[in-house]
Amino acid sequence: MTVTVYVPGDAGALSVGAGGVAAAIAAEAARRAVALRIVRNGSRGAYWLEPLVEVVTPAGRCAYGPVKAADVPSLFAADFLSGKAHPLALGLADSIPWLKGQQRLTFERVGIVDPGSIADYVQHGGYRGLTRALSLAPAEIVQAVTASGLRGRGGAAFPTGIKWKTVLDQPSGQKYVTCNADEGDSGTFSDRMLMEGDPCSLIEGMTIAGLAVGATQGYIYLRAEYPHALATLRTAIAAAYQARYLGADVADSGKRFDLEVRLGAGAYICGEETSMLESLEGRRGEVRVRPPLPAIKGLFGQPTIVNNVVTLSSVPWILARGADAYANFGMGKSRGTLPIQLAGNIRRGGLVERAFGLTLRELLYDYGGGSASGRPIRAVQVGGPLGAYIPPAHFDTAVDYEALAGIGAMLGHGGIVVFDDSVDMAHMARYAMEFCAIESCGKCTPCRIGSTRGVEVIDRILAGIEGERNVRLLEELCDTMVQGSLCGLGGMAPFPVQSALKHFREDFRARVR
Amino acid sequence: METLPPAEEAVVRRIVAEHKARPGPLLEVLHAIQSALGFVPATAVPAVAEGLNLSRAEVHGVLTFYHYFRHSRPGRHTVSLCRAESCQAMGADALAAHARRRLGIDFHQTTSNGQFSLEPIYCLGNCACSPAAMIDGRLYGRVTPEAFDALIAENAPTP
Repeated sequence: MTVTVYVPGDAGALSVGAGGVAAAIAAEAARRAVALRIVRNGSRGAYWLEPLVEVVTPAGRCAYGPVKAADVPSLFAADFLSGKAHPLALGLADSIPWLKGQQRLTFERVGIVDPGSIADYVQHGGYRGLTRALSLAPAEIVQAVTASGLRGRGGAAFPTGIKWKTVLDQPSGQKYVTCNADEGDSGTFSDRMLMEGDPCSLIEGMTIAGLAVGATQGYIYLRAEYPHALATLRTAIAAAYQARYLGADVADSGKRFDLEVRLGAGAYICGEETSMLESLEGRRGEVRVRPPLPAIKGLFGQPTIVNNVVTLSSVPWILARGADAYANFGMGKSRGTLPIQLAGNIRRGGLVERAFGLTLRELLYDYGGGSASGRPIRAVQVGGPLGAYIPPAHFDTAVDYEALAGIGAMLGHGGIVVFDDSVDMAHMARYAMEFCAIESCGKCTPCRIGSTRGVEVIDRILAGIEGERNVRLLEELCDTMVQGSLCGLGGMAPFPVQSALKHFREDFRARVR
Repeated sequence: METLPPAEEAVVRRIVAEHKARPGPLLEVLHAIQSALGFVPATAVPAVAEGLNLSRAEVHGVLTFYHYFRHSRPGRHTVSLCRAESCQAMGADALAAHARRRLGIDFHQTTSNGQFSLEPIYCLGNCACSPAAMIDGRLYGRVTPEAFDALIAENAPTP
């Protein structure tokens, strides 16, 4: 019988050698005249174990990792194709403690299925959400999303159902569903993993959104830094057209939904929704003044849903299993699960999907295992380059939109970047301003000029020039940017600076350069 | 004024013709030109503007807004190093210093033999395997200075 072996084709797994491992397994199998089928799945998100190879056995999928190409002959010698013991053996993949304790709803198929196969997707529960949606009136689909409590996972945390209702309530005419896949925050990779590991769930989620609001055209705005995701999305979209889950007659319903990927071009600001719409229209990614909201006047001036990848990919689960089932996870006003990304200086980095409510400490130490360097963790930045730096004193804070806001931080897209005690927080504050200066769209003055002045002021503080006065000036400048900027880039870039000043003031002392 | 060589002009006109009927085509057109030519020459702007019925200023404005579009011919290999927080937490600054020394160039420059261009990039989405680098669209994680040198050696000019 032909044995099936899974070797991730996920970009992160490839970056640490999965391509070479797949090639070595194929070559060794040929040499031994063993018949096997290699499936390039997504990553399960346990990146410290990548490349993670899985073999299908009668007992389940046996995992080995991290595998190097040079380990392959010894794996064959140990008969890993029957799931036998080897120094790299991890037992059944589903039983790896780091994975077993997770609550994977949105990521239930990521790392499990062949991302290019509609048949595999359907076999693992795919398109059950769409089937359910097709039996409902548009308002009922919107109601289900509202009742689930799903909030925008891109960072703004706006209730998804309310956004959809606004689009539904607009007079009929051309409407659009757009997916913001411009995942630019450092420390985040959940969108990428999903698009590479289970692109069909995004396609299904967007199709359901189209049915819900009466939109016939969807666009995925994907960042140019993700060539692997582009390839998997294009393959999956072509397969969905082939299987008639996209096009003029979605699943024999008589309803049309077309979907296309558009590439960004390396502008962080295009993760802001109005800037993304400008970019989709082929213009400079400059922020639009709101109102009007994109839900009323969005892409090409038409009513438009703008949602993040994880948000849209959560919709099929909600429709298939019910809004209540989703809302039963979580705490307070943060319902459901969040795919949290552990990044930076962390021993066991990767993707942890759990219901809201886990504390930072549990994530950093129970899942993360502490810093990769073995030194004490001094700070974490949650929510990307515009998120606050959080000191260990706040590590018992729950991962929940309101709880993090309560300590002056924000959850954003759920990325947690870990720094050990070698970090220089004044340098990180300077970087926050520098990044804002590089990425500002230039439309409003507080962001465009303020960020450049911010870098200069921090440089003067570190050079010992009128330290006290310049710290006060920096605080005022941050305040101006927060109050006066048009969008979140200039409005939140001061957050890391202010938090560094507040919690790590000792780093802002004059130093000899 | 400098003009586009006829062969490249033909490529640009073909790309514009292919995309002009699509909604909001300019970014798609610029991507296609960069894929075909390796960069988007300023001399391509008039043909793009004419083909899409835009002003040259509009096309120039879009071309120069986005970091991804290159305005001059890059080296044979483009080495992008992530400069963002997660990679900084794992030694990206030291790696960048090493890369600059090893290649003898700064960011946004190309080696004198035309082999390598060095570019900063702000997040490759590989933050659980920091520090990250990308060479010609291939992603690398946990890049040590030694691993970087090996990658450069792999992509060195063949004698």
